[in-house]
Amino acid sequence: MDTTATVETQPGVKLDPFKGVKKLPLEEFFTSGHRTCQGCESALVMKMMAKAAGPRTIVLGSTGCMYVANTTYYSTSWVIPWMHTQLGSSGSAAMGSAAGLKAQMRKGKMKKEPINVIAFCGDGGGADMGLSAISAALTHPDYNLLILMYDNESYANTDIQLSGSTPYGAHTTFSPPGATKRIMHHRWKKNMAGMLAAGHPTCRYVATMCMSYGLQGMNCVRKALSIGGPTFIHSLDPCPKGWDYDPILSHELGELAVATGIWPLYEVKDGVVTLYGKTKQLAEGQSPRLPVREYLLKQGRFAHFREEDIEYFQKKVDEMWERWLIPGVIPFVKDVEDERISA
Amino acid sequence: MAQAVAHRAEETEKTALITGSEAIAVACKLADVDVITAYPIRPYDTVMQYVAKLVANGEFDCEYIVAESEHSQFEIVKHASAVGARVFSGSSGVGWMYAFEALTVTPALRIPMVVMVGNRALDDPGAFGVEHNDALAVRDLGWQLVWVDSAQEALDTALIAYRVAEDRRVFLPCAISCDGAFLTHSQGLVKIPSQDKVDAFLPPYQRGDLLLHPDNPITIAPQANEDWLMEIRRQTAAGMERSTAVIREAYAEFEQIFGRKYGNPFFEEYATEDADVVLVGMGTLSTPVKVAIRQMRREGKKVGFVRVRWFRPFAAEELARTLGRFSAVGVIDRDFSLGSPHLGGVLATEVRAAMYLATSQPPVLGFICGLGGREVTVPDVRKMSDIIREAAEGHPQPPTQWIGLRE
Ligand SMILES: Cc1ncc(C[n+]2csc(CCOP(=O)(O)OP(=O)(O)O)c2C)c(N)n1
Ligand code: SF4
Ligand SMILES: [Mg+2]
Repeated sequence: MDTTATVETQPGVKLDPFKGVKKLPLEEFFTSGHRTCQGCESALVMKMMAKAAGPRTIVLGSTGCMYVANTTYYSTSWVIPWMHTQLGSSGSAAMGSAAGLKAQMRKGKMKKEPINVIAFCGDGGGADMGLSAISAALTHPDYNLLILMYDNESYANTDIQLSGSTPYGAHTTFSPPGATKRIMHHRWKKNMAGMLAAGHPTCRYVATMCMSYGLQGMNCVRKALSIGGPTFIHSLDPCPKGWDYDPILSHELGELAVATGIWPLYEVKDGVVTLYGKTKQLAEGQSPRLPVREYLLKQGRFAHFREEDIEYFQKKVDEMWERWLIPGVIPFVKDVEDERISA
Repeated sequence: MAQAVAHRAEETEKTALITGSEAIAVACKLADVDVITAYPIRPYDTVMQYVAKLVANGEFDCEYIVAESEHSQFEIVKHASAVGARVFSGSSGVGWMYAFEALTVTPALRIPMVVMVGNRALDDPGAFGVEHNDALAVRDLGWQLVWVDSAQEALDTALIAYRVAEDRRVFLPCAISCDGAFLTHSQGLVKIPSQDKVDAFLPPYQRGDLLLHPDNPITIAPQANEDWLMEIRRQTAAGMERSTAVIREAYAEFEQIFGRKYGNPFFEEYATEDADVVLVGMGTLSTPVKVAIRQMRREGKKVGFVRVRWFRPFAAEELARTLGRFSAVGVIDRDFSLGSPHLGGVLATEVRAAMYLATSQPPVLGFICGLGGREVTVPDVRKMSDIIREAAEGHPQPPTQWIGLRE
């Protein structure tokens, strides 16, 4: 994409994609010392994200499980520089750090070198509270930064409350199924990555990922950090505590979220949408889209679902695949139908 | 060295007719600030309009970011400061309150940001005029707070604020309060110091072992609960305690390098030498107060004035010693503290607390005045002076009175 003469972007770090699991460096930058639950996929995201980014990286972390459970005073799990930021501040934290580095390097106050800036947030911190600051950050083409939203589909750290990213019907401590109201949470999950990609045309890279596909996830991070300008990644992370399942199933649930089509994997790079991995196979008909039932019924948070609830869930996912302008990405339908009719 | 610089720089010192806001924008340029964040709200936003012009005209090299909210404004500069950049921001009224979470976390992170508050009444009802409740809201949190009353003082204090805030013994943020309209938008003749002098006065910002950088891979602000939080609070408190001495040093060296005298940094005394009663206040109400005092002096009434500059740190002992010299004290608050002791204003409550340990304890009366930008008039000042004189003569007065209020 053409950046106009008025925008002066610092050269980014050059990070080639990892060519395979065996080619991964052994060095870890997020290591022992954390207290996340057994089977916590978000912790895995932190570890892979840090490995993908490497040592010349600054990480800013919003309040949430990945703050509270990872950085206890005197026992940090971060090998690279890390700083807490407020719940809704991932966008501002990334921008401030990038701007601070940029100004000092330009003015000769700091050695010139590419330094990765990553700010992460949970779904509560990102899709709810921090949306405005993330949106602002993505409109500043002159700062190299990555905002990574790890989505465990609840305000997990505060004891599992529903967020704008919690799936329909899920049982959380703020949406317990009751005698009169079985479904307390009847809002559909926000389409965060699609919204950000569509709404920020100068943002060069937006992607979804799931660490059940670790190599693909790490390469998303490396692309996001290398391309230049602000970027965004939305990661879906099974959370044994919040989703109520045996921790041994974490990896499988991530795969099922993708295989049922609930969680599409895609990248939007310079305005071009590409479905990747398993999602691409679903779209091309190379493998069948599994029924959502298989995914839902493995999790206690959907244990109160009746047949009609599962059917409703399935209908919404089918709609996404069959009627959306771009399945999983752009939810508008009307003009497509008109086009189909006129064609 | 200061002497040599003074000689060289005299030629390049300029005088300009500028507002309080523009004076602070000029100070930012002189301080070579690296990252500035703006968001519109009257009346502080004029400072950012001047900054924007300086940047647009190539006179000032900084990352100038128009944020999408005040919360982001202050979070952005907080993080920029953590990676070593000198930063500036500001706000007014409800904008400052919108940023409150960011303002809360900044002192304990030891972020020496300097900001301007264009004091403004808090909505609702919507009002643009000056009140001091906005800046005062952070008074317990580790912010250094200073009030100025002229454009010259605004510029000088901004330079001093950077020097004090960034002193490793302090490392705490500083907010410079300028009364909305009366200072943000009012012009005065300002001596703009030369870059040489500023460079001699203000060393570069060095974050040292607290710098967030791959070469210094620290973890900042990990979770600390009952096991460590109290020690961390104590460290922040110690920074504030050391600030008093650092402020004194900074003013002394300021005077040496720039040749402008502020006397006691913490408060200005006006016509106090032979006064029997005094008024105390902050900010631009100094103008009507001084005019009224000159009038009253011609009539033989010996009234003085003490203008408090630094509210945090609060020079309690020194102020109490000074106020103990008079037979009655009247504190004018351009703010309110509803339900507080004696239903008074914030400054009056603090002054009374400061006087508690003093050996001489004249009566301290509180006046709430000039809210929402209402003018504090010369007759208002005369009225307050008469009330404290009554108290001095042994006729008890109510502890708090609202002055200039429509009946
Ligand atoms: C301004 C503010 N409001 C509320 C909280 C309380 N809080 C702490 S962690 C947290 C949960 C955040 O949820 P999310 O961003 O999804 O991260 P997760 O805990 O799920 O990892 C909340 C609400 C806070 N820290 N700050
Ligand atoms: S609650 Fe969920 S996100 Fe939080 S540490 Fe446990 S598994 Fe991880
Ligand atoms: Mg969450």
